[in-house]
Amino acid sequence: MTAAPPDKRLTLEEFAGRITSGMTVGIGGWGSRRKPMALVRALLRTGVKDLTVVSCGGPDVGLLAAAGRIRTLVAPFVTLDSVPLEPHFRAARESGTLAFEEWDESMFLWGLTAAAHRLPFMPVRGGLGSDIPRHNPRLRTVTSPYEDGEELLAAPALRLDVALVHMHRADARGNGQCLGPDPYFDDLFTEAAEETYLSCEQLVDGFEGPPQTLLVQRQNVTGVLHTPYGAHFTGCAPDYGRDEEFQRAYVQAAKDPEAWAAFQERYLGGDEDAYQEAVGARTGADGPGRDGRGRKDTPA
Amino acid sequence: MTPATSTTPPTAPAATRAEICVVACAETWRGDGEVLAATAGVVPALGARLARLTFSPGLLLTDGEAMLVAEPTGPGRIEGWLPYRKHLSLAARGKRHMMMGASQLDAHGNQNISCIGDWNRPARQLLGSRGAPSNTVNHPVSYWVPRHSTRVFTERVDMVSGVGHDRAAAAGPAAARFHELRRVVTDLAVLDFATPDRRMRLASVHPGVTVADVTERTGFPLVIPDEVPVTRTPTAEELRLIRDVLDPRATRDREVRA
Repeated sequence: MTAAPPDKRLTLEEFAGRITSGMTVGIGGWGSRRKPMALVRALLRTGVKDLTVVSCGGPDVGLLAAAGRIRTLVAPFVTLDSVPLEPHFRAARESGTLAFEEWDESMFLWGLTAAAHRLPFMPVRGGLGSDIPRHNPRLRTVTSPYEDGEELLAAPALRLDVALVHMHRADARGNGQCLGPDPYFDDLFTEAAEETYLSCEQLVDGFEGPPQTLLVQRQNVTGVLHTPYGAHFTGCAPDYGRDEEFQRAYVQAAKDPEAWAAFQERYLGGDEDAYQEAVGARTGADGPGRDGRGRKDTPA
Repeated sequence: MTPATSTTPPTAPAATRAEICVVACAETWRGDGEVLAATAGVVPALGARLARLTFSPGLLLTDGEAMLVAEPTGPGRIEGWLPYRKHLSLAARGKRHMMMGASQLDAHGNQNISCIGDWNRPARQLLGSRGAPSNTVNHPVSYWVPRHSTRVFTERVDMVSGVGHDRAAAAGPAAARFHELRRVVTDLAVLDFATPDRRMRLASVHPGVTVADVTERTGFPLVIPDEVPVTRTPTAEELRLIRDVLDPRATRDREVRA
C-alpha cells in the first residue's frame, strides 16, 4: 500500500475552532469579489475577537467590523464595488471603534510579497509624498545602496497568522484552482501566512483546464472546506456573479440598527446551511438565482 | 462597429455639456501612445474610448475587470490579460495615464479619496486611498470632477491620497521622478498646472461658462491667464461616435447635468 498526501478536509466548525482572538488574518478576494464569505460567517459564529484583518476589503471587513471583531484593519480600501462605500466599515471608522492602517495598493502587494519571501520589507515608490506615512508611524524609508541613491518607502512584510481564500475548485490535499478572471492576491496571501484555510465551490479529485489556473498549492494549505456558494453575496465569476439584490438589502439593513438586527436574525442566526437556505428562500427555488442572472452553473 | 442605421439626424443638435466634457477628457490622452487609459467615472471612460477611436489609436483599454479589450465598442475580442497584479506592475512601469476622481483637490493637485474630516476620526469615511499614492508618483494622472464646487476644490485636503506638486517636491527625487499631473476636467472647465510654481491654472472654460462661474466654485485662488480660451466643441464625427456608437443610452447625461 502506497502513502498519499494528507486529507485536509475540515468542517466549518473545525476551521472556526482553530482561529483564536488576537490573530492576524489575511482575507483574499477584492472588494465584493470572490471573498471567502462562508469562512467569515463561520468566524462570526465564534467568540473570536481582537483580530488584525489584512484585506483588500469588502463585506468581509464589513461583517467582522459590524460584529466588533476587528481591532486593527490593514487595507488600501474597503468597497462593495457596485456600491462604492461599505456601510459597516464607514460606521466603524466614524465611531472610532476600529484602528486603521491605511496602505496604498502597491505597498500592500509588496508587503505581502515580502512576507511570502521571508524578507523584512520591499522598497516601493508608492506612498512617498502622500499622507500614508504620516498616519502610520511604523513606516520607514530605505535608501538604495546603488548609485541611484533613491530614498524609497520600505513596505513592511505583511506576515499573517492565517489566510482565508475562496477558490472555484480544490482537492482534499489543499490544491486550489482559480477559474475567474483575476486571481487578486490570493496566492500571495497563502504564501504570506503560517496557515491557510481554503474554501471552494467544488471539491474535485483532479483538475481540468489550463495549468495557470492552479493557483494555490497544498504545501501552503492547512485546511480545505467545501462551501458551495461560499463567496455569496460577493461575486464568484464564472460560477456565479455578485448577488446585487442581496447586496443592496445588506446595505439598506446596515443603515438602521433594527433593520440590521432583523437581517442578522434572518441570515446570520444559524449555520452555513441555514444561511444558504435563507438566501434560497429569498430568491425562491425557481427564482432568478443568487446572481440574479439564473443558475446557469450550480456548483455540485 | 457602426450601427446599420444612424440615429443622428443630418443636422445634429449642438453638443451638450456632457459631450463637451467627454471630448475634454479624451484630449487628456492625446499623444499618449501605447499606454493604458485608466478611468474612474462614466465621462472619462467615454473620453478614453473616443480618444482610442480617433486621435490616440495606440491606447489600451480594459473591460473594467481583468481583460484588455481589442476594440472600444461593444463586447468583443480581448487582446490581453491584466489582473490587478499585472495592472500594478504596468502602473509602476509608467505605462498608464489614469484619470482619477477626487473627493477633494487643492491648488497643488493634492487629491483625497480617503475620508472627510480628521483622518483619526473622520466625519465621513470614503473608499480609502486605493492606489492613488502610487499612481501619482509613477505615471501621468489627470482628474475628473463632475460637479465643480468649493466642496471639492478646497484650500487643504483632509488626507493626501494622490500626491500634488508641492508634496512630491518636498518628498524628494524618488517621489518627483515620475510625478506628472496633466489636467483637471470638470463640468465647467479644464484646469492644468502650467504655471511657474505648478499651482492650478484655468486652462479653458466650457462654452456658456464664465470665468466667474469657475472661480466662485473654487475654494482657492486659481491662476487666471489674461485670455481664457473656450474649451473646444466636439467635431461632427466625434458627436456621431459619442451618440451612436459609444453611448447610445446617454449614460453621460446622468453624470453631467445638461
